[in-house]
Amino acid sequence: MAQAFFGGVHPHDMKAATNEKAIEQLAPPAEVVIPMSMHFGAPCTPLVKAGDLVKVGQKIGEFRGLGAPIHASVSGKVKAVEPRPYSMGGNMMSVVIENDFQNEVSEEVKAPADPDALTVEEMIEIVKNAGIVGMGGATFPTHVKISGGIGKVDHVLINGAECEPYITGDHRAMLERPEEIIGGCKYLAKMFGVDKVIIGVEDNKQNGIDMMNKVIAEQNAPVVVEPLHCRYPQGGEKQLCQAITGKQVPPGGLPSNIGCAVFNINTTICIYRAITTGMPVVNKVVTVSGSGIVEPKNVECPIGTPVSALLDACGGVKDGTYKLVAGGPMMGMAQYTADVPVAKGTGAILAFCEKEEQTVEHPQCIRCGKCVAACPVHLEPLFMYQYAAKGMVDELNEAHIMDCMECGACAYACPARMHLTQMFKTGKQLVKDKMAADKAAAEAKKAAAEKKEA
Amino acid sequence: MTDYKNLKLIATSNPHIRSSETTRSIMLDVIIAMIPALIWAVISFGMKALTLTAASVLSCMFWEWLYRKLMKKPQSVGDLSAVVTGMLLAFVSPVTTPHWTVIIGAFFAIVVCKQMYGGIGKNFLNPALVGRAALVASYAGIMTTWIAPGEKAPLLGGSADVVTAATPLAYMKSGDMETLTATYSVMDMFLGKVGGSLGEVSALLLLIGGVYLIWRKVINWQTPVAYIATVAVLTLLFPKAGSGVEWMLYSLFGGGLFLGAFFMATDYATSPVGKKGQLIYGIGCGLFTVFIRYFGSYNEGVCYSILVMNCCTALIDKYAKPTRFGVVKSDKKEAAAK
Repeated sequence: MAQAFFGGVHPHDMKAATNEKAIEQLAPPAEVVIPMSMHFGAPCTPLVKAGDLVKVGQKIGEFRGLGAPIHASVSGKVKAVEPRPYSMGGNMMSVVIENDFQNEVSEEVKAPADPDALTVEEMIEIVKNAGIVGMGGATFPTHVKISGGIGKVDHVLINGAECEPYITGDHRAMLERPEEIIGGCKYLAKMFGVDKVIIGVEDNKQNGIDMMNKVIAEQNAPVVVEPLHCRYPQGGEKQLCQAITGKQVPPGGLPSNIGCAVFNINTTICIYRAITTGMPVVNKVVTVSGSGIVEPKNVECPIGTPVSALLDACGGVKDGTYKLVAGGPMMGMAQYTADVPVAKGTGAILAFCEKEEQTVEHPQCIRCGKCVAACPVHLEPLFMYQYAAKGMVDELNEAHIMDCMECGACAYACPARMHLTQMFKTGKQLVKDKMAADKAAAEAKKAAAEKKEA
Repeated sequence: MTDYKNLKLIATSNPHIRSSETTRSIMLDVIIAMIPALIWAVISFGMKALTLTAASVLSCMFWEWLYRKLMKKPQSVGDLSAVVTGMLLAFVSPVTTPHWTVIIGAFFAIVVCKQMYGGIGKNFLNPALVGRAALVASYAGIMTTWIAPGEKAPLLGGSADVVTAATPLAYMKSGDMETLTATYSVMDMFLGKVGGSLGEVSALLLLIGGVYLIWRKVINWQTPVAYIATVAVLTLLFPKAGSGVEWMLYSLFGGGLFLGAFFMATDYATSPVGKKGQLIYGIGCGLFTVFIRYFGSYNEGVCYSILVMNCCTALIDKYAKPTRFGVVKSDKKEAAAK
């Protein structure tokens, strides 16, 4: 068993509702809404306009700077290019496609003649053109991670921790698509020039571990499965590096600083598909679960499928459903409408109608220190809360609030039900605002000084 | 199909689930952990132990309720922290203490020490110990009268008509190990067949309660273990009389060390939040306990040692910070070298 990371919590994993249900294909939706921001970085520029005909896999959004292109997930006619609600909050420029149910594949999608003969550069180019991003939810562009890591990385890790409760998409993929995972691992090993890829999997997915070990043995693949003790947030990139290699990513750094690169199970499958078939990211496996869902399922749907269509496919929601979450219960975003579409990073849709949300009217910190013990990045949430509540920006900086990854472990553990994570989002914004103001002031001073000299 | 437009959705920050542990459940665990010691107090001292504890608990709850009511603050009696304070205040008082005395102690504990600083989590001194300290300063006679083991305290009335006896700590203060070993065996001390405050006598039952709290993850082992180990090492190395081991055992099981180490020093509001800090704090408590027992004018040092360390908690929290994630030892050395 691998080494552990510090801190963390043990929420009930709630995976029994869906972990034995095979991935179902969703009946094609009549309309998809594809937001132009499904990655870490600036939004894409739409390449189509209303009235255009598009086919599956056709590029409809081009990125600038850091990002990844976006492709049509169904064939049909572009109905509109306009801002629509999306799962990250607010509205985002989106391409709305009316499905013609022909499922015609674009000419742009071409399988390489011999995938195994591709050079590293060619493979990275394919990954880039396929619009692959971190499919676990972080949505960092995968081609940037690969090209930035080559030469520095000696540990290629595949993230199969799936530590968020309820979500079982990766677990099902391990059982149903192990060849694609292992195939993706082989290409990653080739790209990074390493002789071994390590898949970290929490031990609540023992049958998934067994299945992958079977395929690894059959193919004699350069892949090792590392079982991990269950603990949230093991699937955090830095925590996974720590759990498997024992090394810590330096503050503000990336896993490549300690020679690691981490890819999600789903990302690995996308890489395999792109390299072998040329098909970009157009589908996503979503776990639809939670107390408010009539019939929880794992559903594969085209990107851009409205959440309401997924809910319909799972029997709808129960009366009294008060919360709809895109993503896991620990880090997901609560939605105010079921009209938002499934994006590349949407691993789950959860509906809650029971007492998951436990708030108290007047939360009062009792200084129990459970947040300190739970914080995987060694912060002291109770003090940060006080600083943020009082707007003490310098103290927030000294408390390293920017190291906080908003994993929610502290707020989960808090017996007094303090709104810790929420306050840290506010606090981080305070720090960013102050930094921007300081920078502007310094520039103004410099400009004034230059003017004086002249 | 469901019309999703009619859903009344709330959009709050993550996380969307919470652990089942609440302030109330934690306080309930502490209460459960103190029950064995309370039962033993009733068995050895009589029903007065129960009525005194009840008076203390009820008056703590009453003072808390009254203060919050008068100050128009949200009511907080339901979190059960006042019950814990009440039980602890009774535990650190002699069983012969009149009921009215603990009501006054409860006032100091709840109103002066806790609520005036903002209520739960905001007080920097342990409420029960402040209550005791106030009573010792005001009613020294009442607070230092100990009935002999086997005697039952009368339900009402003071300590005038009971047989009193010196506590083990009194013998130890004077270095009279011969009388001490003749009066109480080590096993008597461990099981609680000795004189002393209501809830402090049985080291065994307090240990069981403490282990329960550690098992339930209500407290960390750092504070009590550091505290008890410090006292053990100091008394083993520097016995005032008799052999080191014997002196150490009497020092550990005599007085309120186990009650203090497991139930008082671990008080959330008044002890450091991190494990590193808790170790330092526990060691500090141990040092002061031994210093007061050896060199102070009181027989017992647990109460004041914890109060002194309470005052150091903010300082310990400031310096015993966790190491920043990603900063490994070699980095620190490099930074220092630069």
